[in-house]
Amino acid sequence: MRYAMAVDTKKCVGCSDCVVACQTENNVPIGFCRDWVVEVTDGTYPILELELRSERCNHCDNSPCVRCCPTGASHYEKGGVVIVTHNKCIGCGACIASCPYDARYAHPDGYVDKCTFCLHRLEKGLLPACVATCPTKCMYFGDLDDPKSPVSVVLKNRKHKTLIPEAGTKPQLYFLI
Amino acid sequence: MSNRRDFIRISALGAGGLAVGIPAFKSWAGGLIDPERMVYDGMRRTPTYCEICFWKCAGWVYKNDQGDIWKITGNTEDQHSNGRLCPRGTGGVGMYTDENRLKTPLIRTTIGGKQTYREASWDEALDYIASKLKGVIAASGPESVALFSHGSGGKYFGSLLKSFGSNTNAAPSYAQCKGPREAAFLATFGEVVESPERIDIRDTRCLVLIGSHLGENMHNGQVQEMSDAIDKGATIITVDPRFSTAASKSKFWLPIKPSTDLALLLAWMNVIMGEGLYDKAYVEKYTSGFDKLQAHVKPFTPEWAYGITTIAPEMIRETARAMAHAAPAVIVHPGRHVTWYGDDVQRLRAVAILNALLGSWGRRGGFYRPESITVPEFPHPHYPAVKKGWRDLLGDKYPLADQPVANAIVDLSRPSEAGPAKYKAWIVNGTNLVETMPNQANTLEAIKALDLLVVIDTMPMEITGYADVVLPECTYLERYDDIRVSPHRKPHFALRMPAVKPKYNSKPAWWMAKQLAEKMGLGAFFPWKDIEEYLGWQLKQMGSSLEEMQRIGVKTSERPADDLYFAPDEDVEFSTNSKKIELYSSDLEGAGFAALPFYTPHEEPPAGFYRLIYGRAPMHTFTRTSNNPNLADLMDENSVWIHPKVAKEWALTNEQYIYLKNQDGVLSDFRIKVRVTERIRWDSVFMVHGFGHNQKKLERCFGRGASDTQMITKVLVDPSMGGTGMRGNFVTFVTDNGGAKS
Repeated sequence: MRYAMAVDTKKCVGCSDCVVACQTENNVPIGFCRDWVVEVTDGTYPILELELRSERCNHCDNSPCVRCCPTGASHYEKGGVVIVTHNKCIGCGACIASCPYDARYAHPDGYVDKCTFCLHRLEKGLLPACVATCPTKCMYFGDLDDPKSPVSVVLKNRKHKTLIPEAGTKPQLYFLI
Repeated sequence: MSNRRDFIRISALGAGGLAVGIPAFKSWAGGLIDPERMVYDGMRRTPTYCEICFWKCAGWVYKNDQGDIWKITGNTEDQHSNGRLCPRGTGGVGMYTDENRLKTPLIRTTIGGKQTYREASWDEALDYIASKLKGVIAASGPESVALFSHGSGGKYFGSLLKSFGSNTNAAPSYAQCKGPREAAFLATFGEVVESPERIDIRDTRCLVLIGSHLGENMHNGQVQEMSDAIDKGATIITVDPRFSTAASKSKFWLPIKPSTDLALLLAWMNVIMGEGLYDKAYVEKYTSGFDKLQAHVKPFTPEWAYGITTIAPEMIRETARAMAHAAPAVIVHPGRHVTWYGDDVQRLRAVAILNALLGSWGRRGGFYRPESITVPEFPHPHYPAVKKGWRDLLGDKYPLADQPVANAIVDLSRPSEAGPAKYKAWIVNGTNLVETMPNQANTLEAIKALDLLVVIDTMPMEITGYADVVLPECTYLERYDDIRVSPHRKPHFALRMPAVKPKYNSKPAWWMAKQLAEKMGLGAFFPWKDIEEYLGWQLKQMGSSLEEMQRIGVKTSERPADDLYFAPDEDVEFSTNSKKIELYSSDLEGAGFAALPFYTPHEEPPAGFYRLIYGRAPMHTFTRTSNNPNLADLMDENSVWIHPKVAKEWALTNEQYIYLKNQDGVLSDFRIKVRVTERIRWDSVFMVHGFGHNQKKLERCFGRGASDTQMITKVLVDPSMGGTGMRGNFVTFVTDNGGAKS
């Protein structure tokens, strides 16, 4: 099993519902976030392009954060989900420095926190909170090993990219373009 | 009396002030909730519908083990949200947790020559209002009391007004927002567009947005359906001087010169009629006035429009053909906030006519026939006859207005040469009138002349600072309100119930209105014990029950007939004078206005000034959400969008703070951040509405960003229905403080 997410930049309106849904679902303190929206404008008026992307941890197959964690707090869970065990984390911040996507933050309670793909929801058969709430339904989630999963289907049919592929981390967050 | 109503910052209270928590009132009727019934997924959940915007999506409020609100999600049975709330709905919990909320009733008083508020008990505050209202009614008649409302609680205060004979229940959502659209569609099709709009975006093949920035205005169901339309490969055409989010999703973006939309609409008609692209059978069967329209639009060629709109003739032709190619599954979107230039009814008439030519009204992928349910009135004595209503007070002004015109009521609250003020008391619920109405100076003058101003709100918004009495309403998460019924594809209704008890000493509007009625001797008009009895009775008549609705939140029924769209060759009688779709409007002609839309050039910015275009951000609603901790975390100030060439000329850089000054010399109270971006035309600037609060008690948003309303001192009023056009204002940049107040 290999969990992955694809975000359709053609549909995302950048509303940040994914951000606030994650914050409330996961009790992320105000002022911090596990996911965020990036806006990129290209061109000059009136020949313009705009890309909106909901970003989060890429749950990489080859995660520098897991490799550099001195305590084993950062580890792979079922389906390749990268998780931080809070009570094993000493808050050293090596993982924050190693992540090319800036996907981790230091929680005020002294540990490092990040997106979990809402593993607690996946275990109950629910989609991640961001995917479940997105008004534009621009996020696709599922198991890449299952060719019928929404994410497999959409990646098969649509042009897509990953972010900073040159970092060699084998990210599992895809953007449909 | 003249300086009696100095603006009081609510923070300037005496010791103890608002911070004192007072136990929730004991008669709170929330005890009927059976915790067992609410268990879901190990959590308690209760139904609600959102109050952060008018879309009123139905959802679920979940609580954690401590009984605090944990999260809010959509109700999948709800056609407004389809189970997916927007960021504001998801962040609605912040309306409840905001520590700056109004906490107890306040009465204006003078201590040592200085005006301030003192805390009052509910009894005292309501006695004060009841006695003042009775005095105003005795002296000036019941018609001198006006309600301004943009919230669910307005229903109960509206009933209070009816019980003593006033019908002035004004919503700024008419003349400051969608009024011109409703008047134009009423004149053309004999029906209004409604809210939510009856547009079938889900199944459209071509969506035309004129200044409508869907995706930034988070009209949830529409944003969702626009996404569906993108998936299905629909053509989107966006007309906007700004490269909006919607423009970036569009096949065609027409970067129009602001204020010239009517010229484009006429040129589109010219092409569609000239090339024979209109739906001939539909036009023949359903419309009247075709010949007059055809002769009228003949001169308005794309070449004529080019010099006005700056849109190339070939682009005008190509987009007109794209619409016709998709017809009748095409929507020329009627917009929502359409009070722009004072000829807005004419512009919206052009939109309505274009839809009629394309045959989209009543057709799949165009405009569907909405269906809704009527909530029966709880039995009460007949309301007294309205001897003098808002229409009588308005006289022959704004003949097309079929709802109270908020700005006209403000004007009639000021004494004039014609005589004393006609309105003496205002009740304001859930609308921050000072920031909602353009021309703030005018609003403040009117407020000064009032005998009584009562403000009911959850937050210390600017308007509360001018009140004689402030009543703290509990948030939508802590109260019942009326059953939500709204027109949609299928009839459905939704329940809002309290998830938690009201914080502080706040109370629901139904309770306040009922108490006031009783204190004024009008209790017979509120003949129910409490809201649960009232809702329970209504729901029973509707084939449900309070218990069932507490469990399911939303109930849907099938349409009585299979008539979402016109059947082929259906004979349709339209509610217009001619019983046809009126391309040539007999209503407008009869009222002395142009029966066919025409283009009027509008004033252009003088040298060194830029047209002020304002709009929305997806995570905020007006000024209502700026202090919400969850939503302020997403966006805590607005910025002014400036084209790079303009920025270069003014030596402005990104992130730099500047002040704005308008054509009348009004300087913004606060500074605003510059955003240098290619996404805006060089002759305009753009800013998000709802920032620049000057109420210190709103600690999170005080002084953050600038207020567009403050810059809107020139109001272009539509003579036909009173809409306040607000796009005729121009601003320039002030890089030093320039004498600003902060």
